[in-house]
Amino acid sequence: MTTFKIGGVHPHDNKSYSAHQPITECPLPAKAIIPLIQHIGAPAQAVVEKGQQVKVGELLAKAGGFVSANIVSPVSGTVTKIDSTIDAWGMKMPAIFMDVEGDEWLETIDRTPDIVTECNLEPKEIVDRIAAAGIVGLGGACFPTQVKLLPPPGKKAEVLVVNGVECEPYLTCDHQLMLEHGEEIMIGIKILMRALGINRAVIGIERNKPDAIARMQELAAQVPGVEVKALKLKYPQGGEKQLIDACIGRQVPSGALPIEVGAVVDNVATIFAVYEAVQKNKPLISRVMTVTGKSLSKPGNYLVRFGTPLSDVVALAGGVPEDTGKIIGGGPMMGRAMNNIDMPANKRTSGLLFLPEKESRRQQPENCIRCGKCVSACPMGLEPYLLSKQAELAMWDEMEKHDVMDCIDCGCCLFTCPSHRPLLDYIRMGKGKVGGIIRARQAAAKAAAEAAKK
Amino acid sequence: MNLVVISLLILGVTGLVAAVLLYMVAQKFKVEEDPRIDEVQAVLPGANCGGCGFAGCRALAEACVKADTLDGLLCPVGGAPTMTKVGEILGLAAVTAEPKVAVVRCNGVCEARPRTSEYDGVKSCQILNSLYVGETACPFGCLGCGDCVAACQFGALSMDPVTGLPQVDEEKCTSCGKCVKACPRGIIELRKKGPKGRRMVVECVNKDKGAVARKACLNACIGCGKCQKECQFEAITVENNLAYIDPEKCRLCRKCEEACPTGAIHAVNFPARKPKVEEPKKEEATV
Repeated sequence: MTTFKIGGVHPHDNKSYSAHQPITECPLPAKAIIPLIQHIGAPAQAVVEKGQQVKVGELLAKAGGFVSANIVSPVSGTVTKIDSTIDAWGMKMPAIFMDVEGDEWLETIDRTPDIVTECNLEPKEIVDRIAAAGIVGLGGACFPTQVKLLPPPGKKAEVLVVNGVECEPYLTCDHQLMLEHGEEIMIGIKILMRALGINRAVIGIERNKPDAIARMQELAAQVPGVEVKALKLKYPQGGEKQLIDACIGRQVPSGALPIEVGAVVDNVATIFAVYEAVQKNKPLISRVMTVTGKSLSKPGNYLVRFGTPLSDVVALAGGVPEDTGKIIGGGPMMGRAMNNIDMPANKRTSGLLFLPEKESRRQQPENCIRCGKCVSACPMGLEPYLLSKQAELAMWDEMEKHDVMDCIDCGCCLFTCPSHRPLLDYIRMGKGKVGGIIRARQAAAKAAAEAAKK
Repeated sequence: MNLVVISLLILGVTGLVAAVLLYMVAQKFKVEEDPRIDEVQAVLPGANCGGCGFAGCRALAEACVKADTLDGLLCPVGGAPTMTKVGEILGLAAVTAEPKVAVVRCNGVCEARPRTSEYDGVKSCQILNSLYVGETACPFGCLGCGDCVAACQFGALSMDPVTGLPQVDEEKCTSCGKCVKACPRGIIELRKKGPKGRRMVVECVNKDKGAVARKACLNACIGCGKCQKECQFEAITVENNLAYIDPEKCRLCRKCEEACPTGAIHAVNFPARKPKVEEPKKEEATV
């Protein structure tokens, strides 16, 4: 059994609350709010107008650039306004507001439960369908999937690495998806292999999900070139670079993308969405999210149509527990505490976690004792104690030299620190600053080069 | 005995040779520097705050000596008296700038701005601003972690525990601008101190529509434009639902303060209002 080589921590997985809860469909809301930023990259551009009638599956907003994604209507009804709304952190974001009327779908979408196995499309057609469906990486980063399928010139994909790890504690949506829709995921893998022109895929699953491993192994036995790898438990195994290391033993160099070592990584939920888009013509309009917590009365895995207010999903799961101290969007390691639950569900919302008051307080930070635990925990081989101090002292150049841009925000350093120092808080702030400086430098260099040309 | 003499001789000769060598090297590589730089530096405050836009007092002194006029060169800490002294040393006319002071443009005190959540992370406005809207619903207002207080080298800023906002000690403020740079929300502005320190300020930077701004904070500027209509000197502009008083045009008549329905406009350092009867007397300032 393998795992990645550098760093990592072992948080308690706490998956028992919602594991094996069948995927339940959340009812449609009366009003839906569809944010225009649900992915990494440029915001989508709205193509509908106020008062327009739309059906499920119609295009609401088209991708605003190469790294961007379409947004398709998840509900049918009337567009009431295009304005800004408040996200879960109180910040403004542009959104399309809709009144939901019935549930009318475009006729081209295949809504039957039959599984379509055959796919004879050309790779280009597959990529086009994925782009049209607005599929993004549902593992967390929300990187537009079609971009990953178009390797830059000179680079060749060799292996598809499938992320069924779900290393984030508490979350169980991918696990349940593999159990209920394993067959579709396997077809999705075949489609992606066809699109990339490769014949090898490795599915990585952590061994705390033995039933999922067994199910996927049984299905993979019928498909040549697909292999299931049971992985040792270690966070952050679901990180792209860590997963490549764990599954195929290749190391992605600093600052490079997985394609550098011939790998393309996709999450099982993304692959399920690819199956639906390519075989059933159903765009990405819903996702499975885990709603969980120790005190929640009905923790589980819910299939939520985008645009549904999270408060509706919470109501379905039994309402906010009384002892709640913190609500986290996503898992406890990488997720962020939210200050309201009125935000609509979207491609980014992988989970909602309710932490009781006594677990949600941060401990008083003390002095760094130079124990170096954070250094051994960092899966990217960085020195968190140093980076955090540099960020505190605004030493941006030094931070860049010490590869702060390689930080994946996993939080292992903060988790492991015996002095409870807010390492990640500072590093993340510094990373933002350094990123801004690098972008400004690149823009200046580009402008200078263009001026020189003239 | 012999040993002592020999060691003394060797050390003495080595010392002499080294001294001569060092002297020659020093003569050969001597850097000619204008002696006035030292003189100018001596009259500068020596805080190295960078408020002048240079790396420190020495850099400003060098720039002053090199420059033909003192235009654009100003030590905000020392102000006019210091620049006059610099001018005397260099034989140049000092440019006198009006004294400025840091102004906190947020009056979202605790009772006006309800807390919507609690932030439990690092006490830093920088970090808080990159993650959340803050502990209240106002995405423009003061975050209250005190980055500006930490940035001030002159001890002129302090957090008021009652209002939750930073307070400027006008006596200590040198208008170096460090706090302006430290505030991630751009709330602090350097404004003209005004006659006797009197000035009119819109203490709000909320650009949301009126209803939204008001929901987040009772003291917010809602961009209603009443002050603009009231102002006879065209000193007030309303842009993006936010009023701004141009200190150059403002004549301190205080009419906008009365007109403001939310109390976002503040009259600073004015004496307490006298009863209505004596109103005509106070009009002096406006004419």
